[in-house]
Amino acid sequence: MANVERPLSPHLQVYRWPVTMASSILHRATGVGLGIGTLLLTWWLVAAAAGPEYYAYVQMVLGSWLGRLVLFGFTWALFYHLLNGIRHLAWDAGYGYSLPVANRSAWLAIVGSVVLAVLAWIIAYAWK
Amino acid sequence: MAEFALPKNSKITEGKTWSLPPAKPGEERKVRKFRVYRWNQDDGKTPQVDTYEVDMNDCGPMVLDALIKIKNEIDPSLTFRRSCREGVCGSCAMNIDGGNTLACTKACEDIDGDVKIYPLPHMPVIKDLVPDLTNFYAQYASIKPWMQTQSPAPARERLQSAEERKKLDGLYECILCACCSTSCPSYWWNSDRYLGPAILLQAYRWIADSRDEMTGERLDNLEDPFRLYRCHTIMNCAQTCPKGLNPAQAIGEIKKLMVERRG
Repeated sequence: MANVERPLSPHLQVYRWPVTMASSILHRATGVGLGIGTLLLTWWLVAAAAGPEYYAYVQMVLGSWLGRLVLFGFTWALFYHLLNGIRHLAWDAGYGYSLPVANRSAWLAIVGSVVLAVLAWIIAYAWK
Repeated sequence: MAEFALPKNSKITEGKTWSLPPAKPGEERKVRKFRVYRWNQDDGKTPQVDTYEVDMNDCGPMVLDALIKIKNEIDPSLTFRRSCREGVCGSCAMNIDGGNTLACTKACEDIDGDVKIYPLPHMPVIKDLVPDLTNFYAQYASIKPWMQTQSPAPARERLQSAEERKKLDGLYECILCACCSTSCPSYWWNSDRYLGPAILLQAYRWIADSRDEMTGERLDNLEDPFRLYRCHTIMNCAQTCPKGLNPAQAIGEIKKLMVERRG
């Protein structure tokens, strides 16, 4: 037994993802995304304070095709983290642990966040 | 930091294929391929996946039946744990078709395509499908899994009302097969410090027992950023438990008690 270098059995490589596992890692990823998104927001505010020329430049970057895509991702991350945060709130209060409920709420957070993000952008464009 | 890729000595390559001999005239066969993880410490090779062909017309219905048939008739070197063959001992826990379960209660029929069999995930491998559970058992011992009392022993047994006994339903059925703990990504990345779903469910089994008088000490022992709070409610434990239990919920109950006792 001694001094045998044992292999590690495969994990992520072979495990079939339940939806709750995907929703959990998405929560972590969107949390990180929100941190980066907040930096973006801060950049925009700093630009506004820095003067019209720099502000126009940042507006141009964020308003570009790629900029808008990043902002849409930021919006989606916000809604996903919010909805999944509500799941965590329910769990902390002792509710929503049964498998059918946990699976359904995971799908709800995933689909719901996309719907809310698209809706927010439709409203934003209509407002403009 | 979590290591997502397998270490170099653990990378899996394609192994041997054990084909069936040609069918005898008039023989009806239902051939199924079993792709099984192989490793031993003697041949100096990295892990491999061997493919075994099994005629399901001449084999029992469960994955364990097929493994035993392979060991008996095709390749006696194939190594796995098994004992009760009816889902009460927990020995034959392994990763089958992407999920952890007991080979003895998993029907081959319920699996699409080739039957892929690996040891319980993210564990040191002793041989083939046999993982090293030393750490798992040490963690179990750490929660003192027996009834602890301070009051003097009554003349007869310590009584429990029907309602008090009911609180142990969904907990006492756990057979410690380790399917849940080894399905948990938090346990994969932190098994040195996080107790994992099986051990925490067992911890709650004693916390919830009306006859146990060391609830405070048990909670003290779990009040730790890693031992308890690495659970992020990923729910893989409840998804995979072959006994249909819900360790995530038991962990949630412990977390609730932690908050309640703070007042």
